Parts: sequence; structure tokens; C-alpha cells
Amino acid sequence: MINLIHNEMIKIVRKKRLLIIAAIIAVLVALFTYAQLKRVQSIQERLGTTDWRSQLQQQIIDTQNRLNSSGISEEWRKFLQIRLRQQQYYLDHNINPSAPGAPTFMRMFVENSIDLFIPLMVMVISADLVSSEASGGTIKLLLTRPVKRWRILLSKYLAMILAVSFILLSLGVISYLISGIVFGFGGWTLPLLTGFSVQGEELDTSNVHLIPQWKYLLMEFGLAWFVSIVVGTLTFMLSVLMRSTAAVMGIMLAALISGAILSSMVSSWESAKYLFMVNLRLTDYVSGMAPPIDGMTLGFSMTVLTVWGLAALIISFLVFTRRDVY
Amino acid sequence: MTNENTTLVVKDLRKKIGKKEIIKGLSFELKKGEVFGFLGPNGAGKTTTIRMLVGLIKPTSGQILLCGYDLHKEFSKSIRQIGCIVENPELYPYLSGWENLEHFARMVPDIPKQRISEVVELVGLQNRIHDRVSTYSLGMRQRLGIAQALLGKPKILILDEPTNGLDPVGIREMREFIRYLAEKEGLTVLVSSHLLSEIQLMCDRVAIMSKGKIIRIDTVEHLLSEQERVVWKVDPIEKARALLEKETVIAGEKDGTLITHYDAEKLPLWNEKLVKAGIKVSEIRTKLPTLEDLFIELTGGETID
Repeated sequence: MINLIHNEMIKIVRKKRLLIIAAIIAVLVALFTYAQLKRVQSIQERLGTTDWRSQLQQQIIDTQNRLNSSGISEEWRKFLQIRLRQQQYYLDHNINPSAPGAPTFMRMFVENSIDLFIPLMVMVISADLVSSEASGGTIKLLLTRPVKRWRILLSKYLAMILAVSFILLSLGVISYLISGIVFGFGGWTLPLLTGFSVQGEELDTSNVHLIPQWKYLLMEFGLAWFVSIVVGTLTFMLSVLMRSTAAVMGIMLAALISGAILSSMVSSWESAKYLFMVNLRLTDYVSGMAPPIDGMTLGFSMTVLTVWGLAALIISFLVFTRRDVY
Repeated sequence: MTNENTTLVVKDLRKKIGKKEIIKGLSFELKKGEVFGFLGPNGAGKTTTIRMLVGLIKPTSGQILLCGYDLHKEFSKSIRQIGCIVENPELYPYLSGWENLEHFARMVPDIPKQRISEVVELVGLQNRIHDRVSTYSLGMRQRLGIAQALLGKPKILILDEPTNGLDPVGIREMREFIRYLAEKEGLTVLVSSHLLSEIQLMCDRVAIMSKGKIIRIDTVEHLLSEQERVVWKVDPIEKARALLEKETVIAGEKDGTLITHYDAEKLPLWNEKLVKAGIKVSEIRTKLPTLEDLFIELTGGETID
């Protein structure tokens, strides 16, 4: 088995996929670091101070002004009210929610890339794992070795998991190093609040507690890893079913984008919560943002994703081990 | 019935796709050291049959034994006996030839590095083996494909269209190489081809396939001698035809010559009759038909390709 995984890793590495992904991450991180820097600077200019308390107060006033203005939708109002209470809580307890520093940047980067950017990078790896062997004809050579088909597929799947883990690791390392140059490398032990839960219009703060930022980051990266594996598994299944890598990419991309769009408009279509695409933003449960549909919880979302992932895995193995190869 | 010289046994092999049966009960046996040809037009089922032999397609019914191991009950043991190229030799273009071989060697237990060097030398790729496969010519890819097939020291080599896309020198080399493997290394080689002349030059025995059935299995000489023809250069041709028609079957008329069936005993007699009738006989020669003629005759005019 080790030999088979070795083979698959060689193929992934020699296609230079991991290198390209690392380069894309580096470029994006540099871009966002610069944007973040500009934002911090402009806020400081406006307030004429670097004191975060006055910044946070300003933010709260902004939010209140928006709440008071007419013509905002009921849903948006609900969200803003929750946000307001959260910000107020930070202020009352003397906690800086966006203390700059590389770990804070990492946290924001993961939170914002978990539903689109990370899945996209995962797709780049897993979309052609099987389909490229089929379209290149090398599948015939792979399957005429004295190795059972399920072992070949399993080695590919495990290689995919390794590659996905590598992507997340490099995402963490690259974003830490690049943003650290600008914002400083400190901030690992910064206390953060978690345990918010949103029930209807109420922000339930009864379970809120403080954890150091490194723990918080570990949780978020863990969740991002989980999402990546599920997206990777779904892409993997499509790669087994289809010979064309472009078709695999197209379908997954459509699913992911529709997920992003649906999240913002399905609050009244309740059964949409069983779609995997609207369940990708797991980190929102940690930071206490309102879920797209009432009643969605971290446990629920993870269960939905697990079911989708397992189904995809079972289909992949059933099809791959039985299929006639022409 | 199966002795140790029999390397490959196929019993009543069938494949249905939907309701259509595309392979209708093939049975044959291959011996050690022979080159066996599969001949048939496109759609006859050659490639499907070969894919069933190497485990890529599951037969609907029937049995395949490779060196005594049942392909479906003991997949790993039986598939080890086989080396194959199915259709084009498709390898990983972004890896070097050597890395490709290493890749496939890792999938089979106990193939030492030394064996890779051996097969590279055998196919004569030493100079370019560390270049990327994407820079290889088709002939070099074909050789690398064969190197890959020989890695696990198989007893049976299955090559689908081995001379496809090669230049005349390459075709000749390939032919000699295949003969060498069969005669000197004792491999059983199964080749399929639509190039009939190739099969004729390369194979000991031929199976002619048409519409999912084997319509004939025989040695090449046997098949050809049975169809031997006589070419007559005669004048006047009409008169000769009328005369010969009474004696034998006229198989054709081409460029001022008549072609009839051959009969060694009666040929002098026919000649005598022609001469007595005042017909000028300027040439009599026997002609071995090409496999192509044979094929068209056996399949009733079905075209190849």
C-alpha cells in the first residue's frame, strides 16, 4: 500500500499541482495582507487614533446607524442586531476582536476562504486523480497489475487526503509568514470569545467563554480540513465517474458557487439545509455568525457533510471496482 | 487436456452489453513459445476479447485460465503471468521513461532495480531512458510500453496492434523482437492486428474473428496453402476460360490473366488441353494468396477497416 501511495504522490508532485497551489496561496495572501494593511490605516486615519476601543465604539455606532436607516431587509436587520450585541460584549469585556498580528490574519483568511477558495484548491488536486488516468489511457496499465482495483482506488484516495493536508498546512504557514512580515508574528495567546449560538433573533451568550487564539485557530483549521476532505471526496467521486477533468471541475465549481449564492437567499427554503454546499462555512459556528437557515448547528452541518462524503466514497468504490474499462 | 505447455486457455467466453451479445462464445488455447494472431475487422470483437483477457472487462460468462490460474478467482496470481499493451502504449508523459518503469515496478512485488535496467537494455532505450516521455517518438513509446510489459517476467505477452504507427524499419524491428521473445525466451505472444501482412509474417497460428465469433483457427501455412491459386497468362483469353471452366473453378480475371483454383495433379493435364486447343500459354505460375484474400473469402466480403 505504501508503494501505491508513493506512486500517487509522485504523480501529484510531478504534475506540479502542489507548487502551483502554493504559489496561488502566496499571491492571494500577499494581496489580502496589503488590503488589510490599507484598511487598518484608513480606519486609523479616520479616527485619528490607534486605540482599538474607540475603533470598536465607532464600529458599533456604524452598525447602529445602519440599523436605524430605513429600507434594510428584515434579515439584514436581524444579523446586524446579533453583530451589535457581539461587538458590545467584546467592548464590555475589554477584548480586542481584531488585534492585528499574523495569527489574527490567518484566522480571518481561513474564515473567508473555507467555502470557496480552499475547496477550489482541493479541486485542483482531486479533480483529475482518476479522470486523467482514464483520459490518458494509463488506467489500462494500472489495472493490469497484480493489485486489486479497490487498493488502487484507496491509494489514490489516501494520496488525495495527504495532498489536501499539505494544502492546508501550506495555507497556514504561508499566510503566517507573509502577513507576519507586515503585522508582526505575535498574538498566539490573544484571548478570543467562542460559544456564541444564535437562536432565532437571540444571541445566546450563556456558553460564551474565552480561549487563546492558537486553540481557536486549531479548531478552525480542523474544520477547514474536514470541509476540504468532504469537498475532495465529492470531487474524487466525479473524477471516477467522468473521463473529462474539465467536466468534473465544471460541476464542482457550479455546486460551490450555487452554495455561496444559496446561503444568502434560502432562509425560507428549509430543506436546502441538506445540501452540502450551504453547510461549508463551519467556522461561522465558532465565531458566532448567524447560519443561513434557522436551526443549523455545527453538529448538523458536520453530519450532513459526513453523509455526503460517505455516499460519494461508497459510489466511487462500487463504480471503480465493477466498471468495464474500454 | 491442459498440459504444462499450455499457457492460456479460453473457454466459451461471452460478453453481453445490454441485450446485445458482442462476443459469442470464444474458445482457444495458446502454447508456450508461439506467436498467435488475432485478425478481424473493426467491431469483430478483437479488442473486447483482449480486454477480457487482461481483466479490464468482466466477461458475462466463460472462463479464462492464465498458466492454470483462473483470472477471476485468482486475479493477482493470474495477472502476474501477463504483460500487455492494450491499444496505444500510453504512459505518463510528465515522467521520464525510467520513472514510468519504476512506477509500474512498485506495483508488483519483488522487482529489483536491476530488472528495470535489463528490460531497458532489451528494448534498446538506454540513451533516452531518463528523458521525459513527452519528448519520445511513437516508436520509442512503443518500446517503453514493451519494456513495461516485460518488467514482471510474464509468461504471456499480449500486444494489441503492436506495429500501429511505426515506420517500416520500426515494424521490421518489432517483428523480429516478437519472434525473438517467442523463440528464444519461450514467451507466448498474442498479437492483434488489422495489418494482415504483419500477422502473416509474424505469427505461427491465426484466429480469424468476425462478428464476435472465431470463424477459423489454424496455422498460417495451412490456411494459405489451402487457398493456393494458379495464374494463367493465355491468349486468346475467352477461349481459355471456356475450356478451363469445365475443369476447375475460375476464381478471377486480372490484367489479361486468368486465376483458377490449384490442383497439383491436374495442372499438367489442363495445360495440355489448352495447348491442344491452339491457345498460346505464355505463363503458368502458382500464387499463395495473401491473408487479405483469405479473410475476405472467409468472411464473405466483409471489409477490414
